[in-house]
Amino acid sequence: MATVAAPRRGLLARPTAKTGVWGWVTTVDHKKIGILYGVTAFVFFILGGLEAIAIRLQLAQPNGDVLTAEAYNQFFTMHGITMIFLVVMPFGVALMNFFIPLMIGARDVAFPRLNAFSYWCFALGGVFIYSSFFFGGAPDGGWFGYAPLSVQLPGAGMTYYSLGLQILGIASLAGAVNFIVTILNMRAPGMTLMRMPVFIWMVLVTSFLLLFAMPVIAVALFQLMFDRVFEANFFNPAAGGDPLLWQHLFWLFGHPEVYIMILPAMGIVSDVLPTFARKPIFGYAAIVFAGAAIGFMGWGVWAHHMFATGLGPVANSAFALTTMFIAVPTGVKIFNWLGTLWGGQIRFKTPMLFAIGFVAMFIIGGLSGVTHAIVPHDRQQTDTYYVVAHFHYVLFGGAIFGIFAGLYYWWPKIFGRLLSEKLGKLHFWLMFIGFNLTFGPMHIVGLQGMPRRTYTYPDNMGWDLMNMIETVGAVVIAVSILVFLFNAVVTRKRGEVATADPWDARTLEWSIPSPPPEYNFKEIPLVKDRDDWWHRKYAPTPEGEPVRVFAGGADVEADDDDGHGIHLPSPSYFPVVASAGLPVMGWGVVYTAWPVVALGGLVTLLGIFGWAFEPSAEEDH
Amino acid sequence: MLLASCANQSPQDSLSPEGPVAREQDKLWDLTFLIAVVIFFIVELLLVYALVRFRERPGRQAAQFHGNTKLEVLLTVIPSLILAGIAVPTVQTIFDQAEEPEGALQVNVVGKQFWWEYEYVDAGVITANELHIPTDTPVHLTLDGVATEVNGERGVIHSFWVPRLAGAQDVIPGRTTSMNIQADEPGEYEGQCKEFCGLSHANMRLRVIAHEPPEFQTWLAEQQEEAQPPADELAQRGQQIFQETCVACHSIQGVTDSPRNVGPDLTHFASRETFAGAMFPLDEENLRAWMEDPPAVKPGSLMPDYNLSADEIDAVVAFLMGLE
Repeated sequence: MATVAAPRRGLLARPTAKTGVWGWVTTVDHKKIGILYGVTAFVFFILGGLEAIAIRLQLAQPNGDVLTAEAYNQFFTMHGITMIFLVVMPFGVALMNFFIPLMIGARDVAFPRLNAFSYWCFALGGVFIYSSFFFGGAPDGGWFGYAPLSVQLPGAGMTYYSLGLQILGIASLAGAVNFIVTILNMRAPGMTLMRMPVFIWMVLVTSFLLLFAMPVIAVALFQLMFDRVFEANFFNPAAGGDPLLWQHLFWLFGHPEVYIMILPAMGIVSDVLPTFARKPIFGYAAIVFAGAAIGFMGWGVWAHHMFATGLGPVANSAFALTTMFIAVPTGVKIFNWLGTLWGGQIRFKTPMLFAIGFVAMFIIGGLSGVTHAIVPHDRQQTDTYYVVAHFHYVLFGGAIFGIFAGLYYWWPKIFGRLLSEKLGKLHFWLMFIGFNLTFGPMHIVGLQGMPRRTYTYPDNMGWDLMNMIETVGAVVIAVSILVFLFNAVVTRKRGEVATADPWDARTLEWSIPSPPPEYNFKEIPLVKDRDDWWHRKYAPTPEGEPVRVFAGGADVEADDDDGHGIHLPSPSYFPVVASAGLPVMGWGVVYTAWPVVALGGLVTLLGIFGWAFEPSAEEDH
Repeated sequence: MLLASCANQSPQDSLSPEGPVAREQDKLWDLTFLIAVVIFFIVELLLVYALVRFRERPGRQAAQFHGNTKLEVLLTVIPSLILAGIAVPTVQTIFDQAEEPEGALQVNVVGKQFWWEYEYVDAGVITANELHIPTDTPVHLTLDGVATEVNGERGVIHSFWVPRLAGAQDVIPGRTTSMNIQADEPGEYEGQCKEFCGLSHANMRLRVIAHEPPEFQTWLAEQQEEAQPPADELAQRGQQIFQETCVACHSIQGVTDSPRNVGPDLTHFASRETFAGAMFPLDEENLRAWMEDPPAVKPGSLMPDYNLSADEIDAVVAFLMGLE
């Protein structure tokens, strides 16, 4: 760097390492934090996947003896917690982190240190929850943690759950605030709200959902922690508490949470489809407002998780109606994606395959979702494998396929090299087939009466064949992930070097070099259109057909400048210090070791203190 | 015959209703599933058509249109109307099934850890796991969770589910809920707890046994009788051990004094086909294995291992198997 290092003094000097371990630990660069998020989420993806494989091996045959009941309950609980809080959400955040500033024409997020704090809370929160495996048993009451069972369960597992999700919630809240402010305040000149890429819109909606949903689960988790650690009685009916209180709070968070997971994937697909169909998105306004409508309506459907609890016919009818009609904006999105493909010149590159896979699978998940709204029959479906099938079609066929679409699409921008198309297509087809083998038959066994969350089943129930197929499918998915890993490793050194715009894409992140320089944009772009980068490259003929502009605005920013003179936030030690105290406090509470809680609190306070008082930059201006 | 063999292949099939409650639920499913399948094929075929028709070919340009307001409005209105069409019968059935039918047999159900207790209110009969009902008669179940502490554990949520007779109803500590079931034909209908309730959630099974009404009345009358004192010496010794050990949790009308409901009422234990939450078929061998160490064969069972000797177990088994 050409920055002249001024002499550093005092305890609160800012770190200067840009590379190496310290460079990563103290970074506040949104791109590096995005990569940290992605790598960490992928490690948890492997762990959650191994748990899923163990579950499938246990259930491959009736009366399985791969796992004990204890182990099974821990594994299915941790599989759910991992995939939701440590994989799908942070994978989305990884892509948001890297691409929000690039897509809106900004040099970083609004609060770079808060961004780092958010990452470290997520990573350490995940480590905290997983540490339970080594300290007396992981959470074993389901990711949904229904009271009073979650209060009753012996061991420390569910206390880890109540505190670990709390730490992850802090990460999500910090991230949500950061992204909302970034999107509202830091757009390049001319980037009006209705010119933003759909992905950015969906991130905005998702961030508001997080902002309002996380406090709800925080309240419930504190109540659970108090019931477990201090023998409070929030959920104890004998002392005037109510078990259903947990369910209302949990699902008032839990259903918006579903949209928190799926909306970013919808945004990714809404940007990938136009790029590879070489057309603008069909019905931009409708697709944006449908996303916002889902965001609003998502708050009015939570009790459809509780149709068997006996809420009464009036409440059941009301939530049946809201649940049915939230399908309308979802349908609008699907029709608009079809409209985007219509009349296009579709190139079947790997990101496009995953985006199409998303649309095809999400149709199934959406339709099975509507069947949950017919309350009388939902009382047959609820808590069976039919529901497991449904939400995997939404969260795997939907969210995970969407995330892989985003990964393959943006990989060259992030790492400067393209992933292999051959291996990518192999990955897609293996995953697509494995996914349908695993989760398709679950619809059938569910309707045939196989309940979920059971560690075993007898051999005369007619479920044997389907369960065996499901297990084979799970192994195929695992192989597909190995193909992806192999792809990532071999192309790291030998992959095709990416140009700035390898897909001939539409949005601003493709107007700068791959990988982007630390300062992103040498000059902040002046945005004149939706899909601004496309319109800089192509001018319409009088007939409306795009013609390549040969000179002028379509030049990729030359990478000839080292960013001298562009002020960027300096790295900082304090986000990681502030977050490091949180799991320490957690361990203290689990083992009711109050000095440890105090120690953790002190570390966090120190972090916040240093954060507030460290100098804003190294050199004087 | 064919139907019976199908039922046996999948005894918890929610798509093979055997009574009016499940049948009304199934009708809604049939309607919605049909609509969903039609929409599925239309949309997926459109998708495949678009992918083939508009694949990249040299010399062609992508059409550059941004939307079509009329089409978009149409595609919002049509799904709304279809959903409204599903909503009408759904809401009707919700309200119909919330009613308590007239002349229903009243049974109280309590979800325990990990088994079911049934109390026939009018007949004063208490039994466990196997719910006997008359055919062609509505049965109104009142379901209670355990709110108080039992052996240091408070009750948790369970869910009562017999798929071929009715969808599930949760059983929640501190709340009273209800549901209706009814069977057309005599037979056995399998079910199980459907709300995750701990280590042996998978083993919290149940069955409903439907009889023609006269046979049901005979069964009920037999259940009302007190247990007969054992005749042979081994069983008498078993009763003695029972009264020293098992009586802390189990009742036997005519044998034990104060009612105990921590474990199942065993007055007519030998008349049951299964035991331990309908997990094991009832025979001497299974019962012996059970008493040697209950939590070993049923994880998390609240019945502890009493370290009975083999002789003592033989005696208790002889006593229990005599409780017809």
